[in-house]
Amino acid sequence: MVNPQFIHLKVKRRSNPTAAPYWEEFKVPYQPNMNVVSVLMEIRKNPINAKGEKVDPVVWECNCLEEVCGACTMLINGVPRQSCSALTDKLLEQYGENNVITLEPLTKFPVIRDLMIDRQLMFDNLKKVKAWVPVDGSWAIGRGPRLADKVHQWAYPISRCMTCGCCMEACPNVNSKSKFIGPAAVAQVRLFNAHPIGAMHKDMRLEQLVKKGGIQECGNAQNCKRVCPKNINLTAHLAAMNRQTNGYGFRQFLMGDK
Amino acid sequence: MNKGKVIVIGGGLAGLMATMKIAEKQVPVDIISLVPVKRSHSVCAQGGINAALDTKGDNDTIYDHFDDTVYGGDFLANQTPVKGMVEAAPGLIYAMDRMGVMFSRTAEGLLDLRLFGGVKNRRTAFAGATTGQQLLYACDEQVRRLEVAGYVNKYEGWEMIDLIIDDNGVCRGCVAQNLATMEIKSFIGDAVIIATGGAGMIFGKSTNSVINTGSAASIVYQNGVPFSNAEFIQIHPTGMLGTDKTRLMSESARGDGGRIWTYKDGKPWYFLEEKYPAYGNLVPRDIAARAIYDVCVIQGLGIDGKNQVYLDLSHLPADYLNKRLGGIMEIYENFYGDDPRKVPMKIFPAVHYFMGGIHVDWNHMTNIPGLFAAGECDYMYHGANRLGANSLLSALYSGTVAGPAALKYIKGLGKLAEETSKSLGDAVVKKQLEIHNKLTKMSGKENPYKLHEEMGELMTKNVAIVRYNKALAETDVKLQEFQERWNKINIVDSNAYSNQTVMFARQLKNMMELARVITLGALNRNESRGSHYKPDFPKRDDEKFLKTTMAQWTPNGPKFSWEEVDISHIKPRERNYSVDKKVDKEASK
Repeated sequence: MVNPQFIHLKVKRRSNPTAAPYWEEFKVPYQPNMNVVSVLMEIRKNPINAKGEKVDPVVWECNCLEEVCGACTMLINGVPRQSCSALTDKLLEQYGENNVITLEPLTKFPVIRDLMIDRQLMFDNLKKVKAWVPVDGSWAIGRGPRLADKVHQWAYPISRCMTCGCCMEACPNVNSKSKFIGPAAVAQVRLFNAHPIGAMHKDMRLEQLVKKGGIQECGNAQNCKRVCPKNINLTAHLAAMNRQTNGYGFRQFLMGDK
Repeated sequence: MNKGKVIVIGGGLAGLMATMKIAEKQVPVDIISLVPVKRSHSVCAQGGINAALDTKGDNDTIYDHFDDTVYGGDFLANQTPVKGMVEAAPGLIYAMDRMGVMFSRTAEGLLDLRLFGGVKNRRTAFAGATTGQQLLYACDEQVRRLEVAGYVNKYEGWEMIDLIIDDNGVCRGCVAQNLATMEIKSFIGDAVIIATGGAGMIFGKSTNSVINTGSAASIVYQNGVPFSNAEFIQIHPTGMLGTDKTRLMSESARGDGGRIWTYKDGKPWYFLEEKYPAYGNLVPRDIAARAIYDVCVIQGLGIDGKNQVYLDLSHLPADYLNKRLGGIMEIYENFYGDDPRKVPMKIFPAVHYFMGGIHVDWNHMTNIPGLFAAGECDYMYHGANRLGANSLLSALYSGTVAGPAALKYIKGLGKLAEETSKSLGDAVVKKQLEIHNKLTKMSGKENPYKLHEEMGELMTKNVAIVRYNKALAETDVKLQEFQERWNKINIVDSNAYSNQTVMFARQLKNMMELARVITLGALNRNESRGSHYKPDFPKRDDEKFLKTTMAQWTPNGPKFSWEEVDISHIKPRERNYSVDKKVDKEASK
């Protein structure tokens, strides 16, 4: 059982997208069963830094606080994860009671302010790979296609992806020099290609995956799977999509398109 | 040809479904959302969505769904709209299935159904224990497709702060503020659909997301739209108290075999099963919540002497639990450390859902022409208590009503807003800029977050599960004091960029307006009905209170009137879950 007097935080701050970053420390009175979000909530109720100076409260994003919306992702002691499910007691157990918990914004996305980032890139990537089932319309035209329970069992976990950005952060091939769309979007292609209606249109998604920034840019570092908060088997899905794109390339070759 | 434009406020299930219905008809939509729509609060819904698909050999019918919903809501819901909803439910679920929702399956690949509270037949389609997330994602994907096709513009990270209403009292758009740059901008449109969800934040800690302040609904109310049945707040029986929020443990845990118990005389006591033999652990939420409250607070029999009882799944096989309830097993493990496959979970009732909301007609239009409301922020489908798994249904269904109704309304308009309302929008922007500038300079001694915490604690203590008139009256006095104290708040943030405190201060002011509507609505209603329970008035009183509460905003607080409830299909009868529900189909024809 940890029982320190304070939770000691070190936050990488930035007052706007173009301002220079700086570090600021905070000491928040310890309470049991806190998470990083509730520590940040304490700071805004009493925005005073560790030196006793009055400062602007730390800005961060959060919404559901149940690790299903993906909003509150940040680097906590260097690890990309949701701050709602980062329990302070567990952090202090893991890193030691005197640990200064460091909070930083994800580095692969533009910073808005402090820990708040802009992940529009990930939603744009979902547009690129056409991550949807192209139904004729939302009207009621009767029962949908059957789907084997066996397929549901491996596809459903992919559909729990919160577009949180942990896999993008951890992937060495997602960087300012590459256009790699990242593991999350690639896994979504597998999901939609598995759906009986989605499968009818699988080539339009595969076409995107063989373009620049597509699956060939995966370097198989396997970091994505390790950091995924929903335990999505991203490396397996990347491998499966590699096979699907190979098949797609071969079909295109036979048809003489390429 | 200019077809007009619709502005949808809120990108949860109701807002996205309305958007889909409008954009499909090639009419452009602007969506304004506090968060990327994929992160809307609908993601939190867990257990499932109801539709009488009758695929499990239970002889389920649409009439059963209708009667369960009306009876479960203690007869306060207008019956004709509810009938429309339950009739549309099967088609709606099949459409969602076609869009790729990863619904859980039977061995033959059809949608599996589970049991839910207040119901005897399996009627709830589900995707593990993350049904809301899966439905929201399917809507998000379809709307993204329509966005790529050029029919939808998303303004994510914007907050609606005012409406644009012309001299004839017609809604012509809204004004919103960017949460990063703080820019204030007018959005001119021919119809506005408010789909901004519930307002759990009024109670401080609830199962809601932090964006669920009810601020937008409050703005609508302050613009002259009645707010109805605000006093009906669903308390979910199985929440888990945390320092930042109360997390939800889905009703599907009981639907799939979970049992509620505590110790009495040293032995496990399954008090719901004993008290309500007909429905057992699957009584509706208001009844289960009050029973748990009674056991803990009145009888003092909570586990470890605290306000908590067990929700026990540990007798069920781990692989069954992983498959059907994986999402919630994970939440309990991640946030509370214990493994619910091995030990019972500790739970206590928590504020969960607003049955009441913005008053709308049966096409979801408010009394302001061109202004619509859909989803949890409206008051339409749940009466005095909502049945589990009816919220995802009402969110989607109301979107399918509001969207086409807005289209129809626009077609009847003489002139489109674009031609007429630009200068009107500029005037509202100017007004809001002045308010914003004033706000940023507030430098009193009240911290808005602390003030909010205080209000939440007061509301939870006096206006939640059990209500006494004396405490309600005192609460209203306190709330007015809070409104005074709001004038002395301090915007603790000096940064002009992405200033969350300024936005929160606005929301807090709006929350206080609704808090009074809830409290006074409860004070006025001297009966017990559904979630509204007064020990001093323990019975339902149809003669006096089978009526919809209508609160009208005035500068001096809400003014109340009452509207008749549509009971044209099912005759009100006593609601009693200790015995099997009797459906008198003949009498109700």
